[in-house]
Amino acid sequence: MNFLVGAFKPPCNVSINLADGRTRKQVPLKKENGQTVMVPLFQSQENIVGEVVIEPVQGKKVEHNGVKIELLGQIELYFERGNFYDFNSLVRELDVPGELYERKAYPFEFSSVEMPYESYNGVNVRLRYILKVTISRNYVSKIVEYQDFVVHNYTPPPSINNSIKMEVGIEDCLHIEFEYSKSKYHLKDVIIGKIYFLMVRIKIKNMELEIRRRESTGSGPSTYVETETLSKFELMDGAPVRGESIPIRLFLSPYELTPTYRNVNNKFSVKYYLNLVLVDEEDRRYFKQQEITVYRLLPTP
Amino acid sequence: MILAGIEDEDKWLAEGIAGIQHNAFYMHRALDANNLRDALKCSALMLSELRTSKLSPHKYYDLYMRAFDELRKLEMFFKDESRHGVSIVDLYELVQHAGNILPRLYLLCTVGSVYIKSKEAPAKDALKDLVEMCRGVQNPIRGLFLRSYLAQVSRDKLPNLGSEYEGGEDTAMDAVEFVLQNFTEMNKLWVRMQHQGPVRIREKLEKERNELRDLVGKNLHVLSQIEGVNLEIYRDTVLPRVLEQIVNCKDELAQYYLMDCIIQVFPDEYHLQTLETLLGACPQLQPTVDIKTVLSRLMERLSNYAASSPDVLPEFLQVEAFAKLSSAIGKVIEAQVDMPIVGAVTLYVSLLTFTLHVHPERLDYVDQVLGACVKLLFGKPKLKEGRATKQIVALLSAPLEKYNDIVTALTLSNYPCVMDCLHDETNKVMAMVIIQSIMKNNTCISTADEIEVLFELLKGLIKGLDGTAADELDEEDFNEEQNSVARLIHMLYNDDSEEMLKIICTVRKHIMAGGPTRLPFTVPPLIFSALRLVRKLQAQDGNVVGEEEPATPKKIFQLLDETIEALSSVPSPELALRLYLQCAQAANDCDLEPVAYEFFTQAFILYEEEVVDSKAQVTAMHLIIGALQRMNVLGVENRDTLTHKATGYSAKLLKRPDQCRAVYACSHLFWVDEKDGIKDGERVLLCLKRALRIANAAQQMANAVSGTSGPVTLFVEILNKYLYFFEKGNPQVTSAAIQGLVELIANEMQSDSTTPDPASDAFFASTIRYIQFQKQKGGVVGEKFGPIKV
Repeated sequence: MNFLVGAFKPPCNVSINLADGRTRKQVPLKKENGQTVMVPLFQSQENIVGEVVIEPVQGKKVEHNGVKIELLGQIELYFERGNFYDFNSLVRELDVPGELYERKAYPFEFSSVEMPYESYNGVNVRLRYILKVTISRNYVSKIVEYQDFVVHNYTPPPSINNSIKMEVGIEDCLHIEFEYSKSKYHLKDVIIGKIYFLMVRIKIKNMELEIRRRESTGSGPSTYVETETLSKFELMDGAPVRGESIPIRLFLSPYELTPTYRNVNNKFSVKYYLNLVLVDEEDRRYFKQQEITVYRLLPTP
Repeated sequence: MILAGIEDEDKWLAEGIAGIQHNAFYMHRALDANNLRDALKCSALMLSELRTSKLSPHKYYDLYMRAFDELRKLEMFFKDESRHGVSIVDLYELVQHAGNILPRLYLLCTVGSVYIKSKEAPAKDALKDLVEMCRGVQNPIRGLFLRSYLAQVSRDKLPNLGSEYEGGEDTAMDAVEFVLQNFTEMNKLWVRMQHQGPVRIREKLEKERNELRDLVGKNLHVLSQIEGVNLEIYRDTVLPRVLEQIVNCKDELAQYYLMDCIIQVFPDEYHLQTLETLLGACPQLQPTVDIKTVLSRLMERLSNYAASSPDVLPEFLQVEAFAKLSSAIGKVIEAQVDMPIVGAVTLYVSLLTFTLHVHPERLDYVDQVLGACVKLLFGKPKLKEGRATKQIVALLSAPLEKYNDIVTALTLSNYPCVMDCLHDETNKVMAMVIIQSIMKNNTCISTADEIEVLFELLKGLIKGLDGTAADELDEEDFNEEQNSVARLIHMLYNDDSEEMLKIICTVRKHIMAGGPTRLPFTVPPLIFSALRLVRKLQAQDGNVVGEEEPATPKKIFQLLDETIEALSSVPSPELALRLYLQCAQAANDCDLEPVAYEFFTQAFILYEEEVVDSKAQVTAMHLIIGALQRMNVLGVENRDTLTHKATGYSAKLLKRPDQCRAVYACSHLFWVDEKDGIKDGERVLLCLKRALRIANAAQQMANAVSGTSGPVTLFVEILNKYLYFFEKGNPQVTSAAIQGLVELIANEMQSDSTTPDPASDAFFASTIRYIQFQKQKGGVVGEKFGPIKV
């Protein structure tokens, strides 16, 4: 038994060590098996520097047809099982074919890597970045080692950030005016606003503000749209009268938002909406949805 | 929801309490473990119980208080940063992540209070944020309790003047602003309650709503407690804002309650200085608001304030408090067309009480109030409604009580006008009040003019008002009333004779209009009052010279004659007769023979024509005899005429014994035991003999009728008369005659036919004893009685 197991065991250990692995920020990443692991965080244009260490198992030699490290950016659409779109693919050859008898470290460097898209883990789509080390061998399968990492791209505060202001209503029934102070929010932002009741002829029970995420994947007729409600935030309890104004203050930090992604590599989009919902005493819902843009602001040190 | 039964409500309350306790348990565990995240989660769950709509305010309060207690523990935890390791600023954000608004805001308020205490943010900003965020709860009950919680936790953190939270940019104004805003919002929620729910349970809703009023009113209390609120801030900010809210909410219950609140919680001097603003709001209130109570309380407070120290009085004058109140009341009455009369009158009563307290010296104010009241009542049917009349009586009584002096009230020109507006019954009651006041204070009303006014006031009693049929009157009440009037007449007095005469004339003028039922009560005091004057004039006769003196006894007697005549036609002849005799005696004292004679004539005429009852005749006869006996001004001729008449009538009385007694009484008419008195022994004896004859006849008559003689009493009485005259030295009355009479009586007594009568036996025995006693005396008397053998 032992012999058999040993026969399929890779003859060496491969590890990928980043040069700044100790200091680099780690973020949690949810793996396919549901476990969360901490992985390093990068942003576009960063240098990814490190070394690959191959350590043959004691007393064994590793014959190979070459060692390479790849930096891959992949989009995986769940409904197209197993189909990856690599929008990023960089390769560094680390070694020419030969034999390894002892531990060997191969430094590598990808400098100023263009990583335009952020890592994303959605309902129907996943965008991931990996470092992949491949040791090619003859006759036997390749030895492959992966290292996931996450990319966040920061956006400066938008120069133009208009408020969202709107008057909506149902004739002779309900007339409100609402205002969100901004149309673009960073991930830890807070939504400030107000709702003015211009006319209230229905018996309102309460009012909520929902944050909805709309993920659309694919294109053309095979577009999949998935909408999630991330928050149900009660803004008002009871029935207001005409002339009442209700404040809105919704902190975004408790919600797991991502920035708005528009047409990522022609594969998918993620958009966010604020949905103002009024519920009357018969549980009828009146709502108005507004898109907001979410961006990632460089955290202040 | 509200229609559900009480049991259901109890059940829901129990469920709510259980929910709170359950979550509080886990919250405590989290607190003990210093686990902020769980603490927040559990407390939010706990507070979610307050989201119920099923409970009435009363029950909801119960639930609220339990949550409130738990929140205190949470607050302690929040305060101690070392336990949860989160800065207060972050905590302030953290609690806002809660998805449900009600728990979120309760937590926010709790953290907010800690935030202020930590002084990491200006109290002003934190308070402003809290009061603004609370707008999210628009359900009246939940909103009211939430804001009440906010008021509660922020109370000791208001940036008071002198409090540790003041300073920097925080001033009392910020505190005021905060409380005012919270107040405004709470009031809006409170007012809104009435519009919720179906019409059929409106009443229940109103009751529930009333239970919540103190939550709203509490804010005003807090405002009054903010030390920085000086007069300026109160006048320029607090009051206008509060009033604006009160007026604009257009809700009866709220307006009444809050106006009252303002009056009760803020200091009196503020009210005084802002009177115009405060009163200005009154006419703008809803027409159904009970403003009268509000204003009455205000005036009551101001009155007490004025009474508290004389130093504050100038303030009242300075702000013209009276004028302002007066005009405000006018406007309110004008604005509230539906206000019942009683309401308006109550207002005037309050105003009157106020002015009596504050400006007791300003009678013109009092009169002004009464005048306004007259204007109000003028042209309306006389008041019959009980409460309104009660108020009018109160209105009229107030000056009396205050000044303790009707004279002051008499100078009020509008006083009688108000009385005119009263229903007869009430008018009388009021008149009685006036009289009682006079009696109680022993007020001396000493001029004819005052009396003129007074009697005008009392005309309900004196004249009787039209339309009151005699049979409507309760006799006992009537007697009491008239007796009071009689007492009053006795109290009218002036040392100056001339004025006194005027008084008498005035009184006479009024009482003569009183009609037959009243005259018997009112004439005697007047007569005696006049006679007192006569006697006084007589006493100072020496000083009074000349005919131009108007107050001569003669004149007065003339007046009296006429007065009594009126009485005799009432008819009340016995009374008139007595009064004539009184007058005759007075005239006698004044040496006015013709007058005295005239009075006697009148008395006799009355006797002849009007006194028909035999018993009355007896009494009258004895009165006449008694009076006549004292007359010493009469000339012989006049006296003869009168005595002749008297003896004549005496003998004509119906019953023998009465005849007998009257006749022997007449004997005194001929023997006046005075120095210059008439001493006509012969006629005395004649009278006595006649009496004896009559007694005999009486005896025989008794014999004839019943077979037994009557008692010997008459004889014994006559014997006593004999003895009297004998002793006085009437030569015609001899010891022999006495001896004879004694024997006669003794015989009679022994006779079988005589009815034994212990009283007359004893009478006779003591008479005999007297004779024996006189005999034993010796000296002149003994000698005189000597011949009489008994």
